[in-house]
Amino acid sequence: MTKNPEELYQERLKRVEDAIALRVPDRVPIVTFFSYFAARYAGITYEEYTYDAEKMLSAAIKVHEDFEPDMADIPGIYYLGPTLDALGFKQLRWPGRGVGPNKPYQFVEGEYMKAEEYDHFIEDPTDWIIRKYYPRICSEFEPFSQMAPFKFSFTYFNMGSLAPFGTPALQKAVDALKKAGEASMDALTYIMKFGQEMAKRGFPISLGGLTQAPYDTLGDYFRGTKGIMLDIYRRPEKLLRALDKLTPWMIELGVTSGKQSGNPFIFIPLHKGSDQFMNQDQFKTFYWPSLRKVMMGLIDAGMTPVVFVEADHTSRLEIMSDVPPGKVVYHLENTDIFKAKEILGDKVCLKGNVPMPILCLGTPDDVKAYCKKLIDVVGKNGGFIMDTSVSLEDAKIENARAMFDFTKDYGVYR
Amino acid sequence: MSEKLVNLIADLQEEEALATARQLIEGGTDPMAILERCREATEIVGKRFEQGQYFIPDLLMSGEILQEISELAKSRMKKGITTGYAGKVVMGTVEGDLHDIGKNIVAFFMEANDFQVFDLGVDVTPEKFVEKIREVQPDVVGMSGLLTVAFKAMKETVDAIKEAGLREQVKIMIGGAPTNEQVANSVGADAYAKDAQHGIELAKHWVTSC
Repeated sequence: MTKNPEELYQERLKRVEDAIALRVPDRVPIVTFFSYFAARYAGITYEEYTYDAEKMLSAAIKVHEDFEPDMADIPGIYYLGPTLDALGFKQLRWPGRGVGPNKPYQFVEGEYMKAEEYDHFIEDPTDWIIRKYYPRICSEFEPFSQMAPFKFSFTYFNMGSLAPFGTPALQKAVDALKKAGEASMDALTYIMKFGQEMAKRGFPISLGGLTQAPYDTLGDYFRGTKGIMLDIYRRPEKLLRALDKLTPWMIELGVTSGKQSGNPFIFIPLHKGSDQFMNQDQFKTFYWPSLRKVMMGLIDAGMTPVVFVEADHTSRLEIMSDVPPGKVVYHLENTDIFKAKEILGDKVCLKGNVPMPILCLGTPDDVKAYCKKLIDVVGKNGGFIMDTSVSLEDAKIENARAMFDFTKDYGVYR
Repeated sequence: MSEKLVNLIADLQEEEALATARQLIEGGTDPMAILERCREATEIVGKRFEQGQYFIPDLLMSGEILQEISELAKSRMKKGITTGYAGKVVMGTVEGDLHDIGKNIVAFFMEANDFQVFDLGVDVTPEKFVEKIREVQPDVVGMSGLLTVAFKAMKETVDAIKEAGLREQVKIMIGGAPTNEQVANSVGADAYAKDAQHGIELAKHWVTSC
């Protein structure tokens, strides 16, 4: 009695939706990030996974066929090579470019927005991004610094402000923009193809878009970790004004991406509000209010925030319980998931958190023992999705196998 | 007034601390005494961190203030004055990993606790670790990593240190978000440091018991 793909698709989607809505599904759903595990499993390099669309696609399909998660992990943030090359992207090092062919991509930390640029950023973020930020993060866009602000070119008598586009440097930059657009279009085609291939096999896609906590956007990409931490002391008012500016922007980003993909699950990775990264008052002032507004904005638009709570947020759990019940997923990394079940069990669907040391260094029995505890305690009465603490990237294949098989067998609600 | 300086630094009052330090130096206070005040302030900051009163932004802020004041003091000092060290530490983020916030905090605390720190930066190959260990003969080696790729790189680094015949001369600690005691055992390190304070304690313990 094999089910057809459409039935499988609906069954898997319902399983996850039940868990999110804090209902009891037929069994504990399992949804993970395969990340570069897909490449390793298919016997290709991470570099090939980043650059070769056909190999990427078949590797990504294979890992889903063999492990059968309840939702598919879209490989869009891995197949980036051609686009990043076209941009001369400097804010990341990726397989074969700055890190080895089998090393994961990594962000290049930096102060990409200077402290004295807060006013420009707050007044006109788009102009700041085009003329100040792009030249710093993309070598091909360095000439953008020579442009006049677009706001100067609004009618016939001031089109002269477009003159810089007549220079060879800016023409080369516009050419690079065109090439990056083509590479990005090509990547999108493959990602859509992946979605179709997954639907044919009965897998819904786990995420439909991405946004971030305003504090993280500002700290990750613009001010840098150290920059934003010092801003808490040196210019708290400006920091708060920038967060106010970013809040509707981050809602718009998430809602727009969700509407375009037709998939309401919006990923929000948390980076800079964990237990060690600020004190509780700072969390309540600079981190949580704008993050909560973003989540509420997504929920009001019919989306489901899937929040990847990175590092350890155990001390924040009480504060983070202030969300409407059954509308949010918290994927926990090192946060005490058992304590989280006590505090958030009637509010938030919990996801996670088989630890990386067990998956990378332990045995299948170690994995099963941890999964059993998760299912027994965190899975009690539903509201739980099995996942790793981060991704399967460096997990032993037999351990990944044990995690999937055990969850599907032992995780059945009877 | 120099008591006041200690408290201003420890309470992260940047402008007042700098003004006070400037006043003291203008008034003829020995720059070495100012540096001693900085050390006292660091100790208070470290305690507050340990007690959960201070967090990473506080450490970074205190680091900024200390750097500004010590530059001020050192500009008034005669060249060639060196102080004794509690021990030597070679540290770095292992090969394939570019993350350094945690490592930098540990380095900062090690220096504040009179260790001479040789920070090799990020993406440090086993060969670079071995080379530096051979050159400076440290008491302690610290390996940092935020990614799971670090597990393998840490093991390769320890293996390279063994192969170079240097393993018996050093104590090795590891740290970083995905690491724990299990990882320390598996890569062949002597210990896992759960945070900066713990790392300092381990290092102090090792240099006094060797």
